[in-house]
Amino acid sequence: MRRKRGGALAAIAMAGVLALAGCGASDDGGDSGGASGELKIGLAYDIGGRGDQSFNDSAARGLDKAKDEFSIEATELEASQGETDAQKEDRLRQLAEGGYNPIIAVGFAYAGPLGKVATDFPEVKFAIVDDFTPGTDDGPNIANLTFAEEQGSFLVGVAAALKSKTDSVGFVGGVNTPLIQKFEAGYTAGVKAVTPDATVQVKYLTQPPDYSGFNDPAKGETAANGMLDADADVIYAAAGGSGSGVFRAAKEKGAMGIGVDSDQYNLPSLNDVKDVIITSMVKSVDLAVYDFIKSVDGDSFKAGNTVYDLSDGGVQYATSGGKIEDIKPQLEEYKQKIISGEIEVPSTT
Amino acid sequence: MGRISLRSVGLGLAAPVGALVFALLVCGVILSITGHPPFSVAEDMIGSLERPRTIANSLNSATTYYLSAVAVAIGFKMRLFNIGVDGQYRLAAMLAAALAGASFMESLPSVVRILLTILAAMLVGAVWSGIAGFLKVTRGVSEVISTIMLNAIATALVAFLLNPDRLAVTVAGSNNIGTAPITEGGQVPGIPYSGSSSDVYGLVALAAVVGVAYWFMLNRTRFGFDLKATGESESAAVASGVNVKKMVLASMLLSGAVAGLVGLPQLLGDSHSYALDFPAGLGFTGIAIALLGRNHPIGMAFAAFLWGALDQTSNVLDLSGVPKEIVVIMQGVIVLSVVIAYELVRRYKLRLEQRDVGRALGTTKTPEEVQG
Repeated sequence: MRRKRGGALAAIAMAGVLALAGCGASDDGGDSGGASGELKIGLAYDIGGRGDQSFNDSAARGLDKAKDEFSIEATELEASQGETDAQKEDRLRQLAEGGYNPIIAVGFAYAGPLGKVATDFPEVKFAIVDDFTPGTDDGPNIANLTFAEEQGSFLVGVAAALKSKTDSVGFVGGVNTPLIQKFEAGYTAGVKAVTPDATVQVKYLTQPPDYSGFNDPAKGETAANGMLDADADVIYAAAGGSGSGVFRAAKEKGAMGIGVDSDQYNLPSLNDVKDVIITSMVKSVDLAVYDFIKSVDGDSFKAGNTVYDLSDGGVQYATSGGKIEDIKPQLEEYKQKIISGEIEVPSTT
Repeated sequence: MGRISLRSVGLGLAAPVGALVFALLVCGVILSITGHPPFSVAEDMIGSLERPRTIANSLNSATTYYLSAVAVAIGFKMRLFNIGVDGQYRLAAMLAAALAGASFMESLPSVVRILLTILAAMLVGAVWSGIAGFLKVTRGVSEVISTIMLNAIATALVAFLLNPDRLAVTVAGSNNIGTAPITEGGQVPGIPYSGSSSDVYGLVALAAVVGVAYWFMLNRTRFGFDLKATGESESAAVASGVNVKKMVLASMLLSGAVAGLVGLPQLLGDSHSYALDFPAGLGFTGIAIALLGRNHPIGMAFAAFLWGALDQTSNVLDLSGVPKEIVVIMQGVIVLSVVIAYELVRRYKLRLEQRDVGRALGTTKTPEEVQG
């Protein structure tokens, strides 16, 4: 009797777990254009998909822009929480079997699966965002779209140091992964380049495989409050959707915030906190995706790694809001030094 | 007697079949409301199951799910709710991967390497769940609370160890980080599945062995009897001389040891390294499958395969514009309806038995008597 009740309780707990697992669901899963376009694009997102307010969304923007300009039929698929490489491989394989060409995979998690599928479908063009590793680095039909996040982060670090009155700044990372550590390394280097003895407080919201740190404003707010209480007055939020919490905390305490991935000053969802956002480190996944589609459309596909950095505007600092107009000359000076190679920005902490 | 056994077979089938039909109905309604014709969706899903690749991948998923379910079921039999399978397998897989990928292992024969890896994983899993067991028997800490907390600690510990200064290696140009890749001698070769580009995990055999061992332990050993007895009635077990504390600790250790195996088919058969993209959350899936399979070694095998097949068909749904979250809804509804259906059938059976006994003793009135 009691045992049975234990089962029922467990079932309810389980339903809760499933409901939570379903929370990451996007509101716009598959979107297949009706027109029989020339290009049939398959786009595979990482967890979160379209609507994640972060880099998946950025890729989606690139696709949308391409849709406006070229005749394209696109299908968008997304990864689920806790899936295996086999499922990712299956997703890419089904796209390839379904006649999609080119196929774009967003996120380093697709590296292994993409390498395998690309070998089996030599006539299909593939692109992978954020990865250039053995397995994807030598395929004649694979384009790697990678970014020099540390360079853009360096510049916003310079901005933070120049704007800080307390010589103490903060860095809030979404999830503690090598990718976000790249942001941290560049940012810290930028701060120290201006003020060598400045304090950089670093906090990551979650540890993998818990990726909620990219989408938990409450955690961002708590972390930011801790830093502000410890004298920081500028905080760089490299934390996707959690950034809004960081900005809210900054607004309350009259401090400043720095956005990430897109020009967050102009995001409608951040309208009420935008006056604290002095700049953003823009990582143009949309530009990379658009360029790739354009290259396939124009028959100028190029395999191998394309690094988007300061020199081509793939990463840059945003000036919307005019909060950093006064220090723009210094920022431009650092930017030129990085482009010319005079300053080499570290990519690991 | 013949009539009764026929009845019990019918009742036994009524619950799972009824639950499945009910779950399908609910999903059909949800699909219709959201504007997707249920029959064409079903057709798509069944169609994708005809691809050999989907079957091979379903089998692979089922292998990990089954191990996870057995780990949970060992606890359930004792009325222990080991929610910590998730943390146990992740920590175990990570440390086992580090061991299997270590350079000193390379000189060992393949069989020894694989056995050592399996042993290490079981040991780590057992130690991690043993902490919860120890806390329960010495301090009376509920294992539900302690295992959930141990999950969080395992996450932090894995993140700490997965660092280039400690157990991880970095690959230039990668945004991933993982343990050193396991070289060929440490891998378990897959079983080719005709027509499929992915092999079936070699460690599907391990899951089968664990299933048989679980059945044997429960039904053919003194320990299994004590385990079930303690679960059914603790006071009765104590009266018959069972040391309950010892049983709690032993079953937690056993559950954790099996949990340690959960990540291995994936690790040794496919990933060959524990990296950031190693599947997480398998421990929670195991809870659902143990419930669905009623803690029965064969029931759980069916449940694991059903779950794996549903997972694998979700990609095809996405491709045809149906939100694949419908699969998660379906899985949730199946679990809930199975639990409810079994409870209903159990109550109905109880009433039938009461009536039979009553009739035999002549204390129950027949409907005619009541009316008359």
